[in-house]
Amino acid sequence: MIDMHDVWKEYPNGTVALRGVSVQIQKGEFVYVVGPSGAGKSTFIKLMYREERPTKGHIFINGFNIERLKERKVPYLRRSIGVVFQDFKLLPRLTVYENVAFALEVIGASHRQIRRRVKDVLEWVGLADKAHMLPAQLSGGEQQRVAVARSLVNNPTVIIADEPTGNLDPDTSWSIMKLFQRINDRGTTVVMATHNREIVNTMRRRVIAIEEGRIVRDEQRGTYGYED
Amino acid sequence: MWRHLRESLRSLTRNGWMTFASISGVAITLLILGMSLVMALNAQQMSNYVAGQLEVDVYLKQNVSDAQGQQLAEQVRTMPGVKSVQVVSKEEGFKDLQERLGAEYKTVLSGLSEQNTLPVRLIVKAQDPRQTVPLANQLRQLPAVDQVHDGQAVVDKLFAFLDTVRNIGLVFVAALVVTTMFLISNTIKITIFSRRREIEIMKLVGATNGFIRWPFLLEGVWIGVIGALIPYAVVVGLYNAIYARVGGTFAEITFPLIPVGVLAERLALVMFGLGIVIGVWGGVMSIRRFLKV
Repeated sequence: MIDMHDVWKEYPNGTVALRGVSVQIQKGEFVYVVGPSGAGKSTFIKLMYREERPTKGHIFINGFNIERLKERKVPYLRRSIGVVFQDFKLLPRLTVYENVAFALEVIGASHRQIRRRVKDVLEWVGLADKAHMLPAQLSGGEQQRVAVARSLVNNPTVIIADEPTGNLDPDTSWSIMKLFQRINDRGTTVVMATHNREIVNTMRRRVIAIEEGRIVRDEQRGTYGYED
Repeated sequence: MWRHLRESLRSLTRNGWMTFASISGVAITLLILGMSLVMALNAQQMSNYVAGQLEVDVYLKQNVSDAQGQQLAEQVRTMPGVKSVQVVSKEEGFKDLQERLGAEYKTVLSGLSEQNTLPVRLIVKAQDPRQTVPLANQLRQLPAVDQVHDGQAVVDKLFAFLDTVRNIGLVFVAALVVTTMFLISNTIKITIFSRRREIEIMKLVGATNGFIRWPFLLEGVWIGVIGALIPYAVVVGLYNAIYARVGGTFAEITFPLIPVGVLAERLALVMFGLGIVIGVWGGVMSIRRFLKV
């Protein structure tokens, strides 16, 4: 599913973000990625959806060989992955419905398919009644639900989330975490970078800790392990 | 495709002022271009018209008979670069002369008709008017030819003048086209900049570059087309008014202006074509950078 072998990443400015990372994530796993800021979490996450390319090493994602992947094939990798961010990345001028439909429109789905899929997925995240509101009219938690709905609408096999609860209060964070739990229950792999100690320590899953560009800990049902 | 069209129109109205600015830019450039073009095309028309009138008068030696003249005409017709040859027999030449001299000399001339000593004359036209002078020189070499009148000086001056006019126009237009392209490129760059979030999301959810590019290219096309429409209407309208006033000929040199319909057709081709080309080019230039992520 996700297979990294001795991956290095050096940025053009000389910063070495990853120093020989090897990891395997199986289909249906739920993985937290933790570590101090600047340790390489973001780079690790970005390599998975080919936002960044490794300087050295081998990466396979959903059967795509990232090293060999041609620029024009990248969109097809992205269609098999859903991404969720801390800042939601919604389009402010589009309604909830349109924001979710956007992900299907750009891959050329038919009108009928779009209508059915968007309706289903909005129902699934519990926002069916807010379909015609604009993001600004929603709470932060609701906006993140829209973002999650958008990441799910293509039926990806992996959901990658970069601090999805970073901007949310504790109660709302928990409701979003329950959503991810349900996504994982359907058999979808979830990889989540997070700083939220309480969540990691309560909802125990596999924990990968990254420090100074290396994986320093990889435990099933692990803990957050940092005092920040 | 439908979506791209909708998106491109939406972004035109969304960034109203920028759109207005770039359409104005295109419009002004194409207005100047259109006017230069009208002048250039008419200059060319004049050149062709005058050139079409150019002919070489070949006076044969006096002892050459009408029949021999006809024979020679056949021979000249087969020469490369010759469009037409007209034979003016001694008899016809005499009538011409009579007409030109007028009534007063009629009686004098009528007595001379029996002893017509006028030479046979050939009127030769070149296929390419610019080859008139070389052709005349060639004709001078023929043994039966006495004198050749080709109006060389006039021809050379006229062509030199028209070439200069055309070259200046070309340089001017080229400079304007480049300027406009940069203007449009900048406008679309700003559109893209204001929509980079949208592009970022499109890329994240797996839109292909081609898909992302389309609305921006179409936006360029719209700017080009709308920017061409206005000056096109102005130029054609103005030309129509001028054409109607002078009655289809340019008084000073009396050559026919290009008819409005023909000119409008050519202008449409050039102005809309160029408008679209610079619009699309502007779009391509501005988006290339943003797609490399």
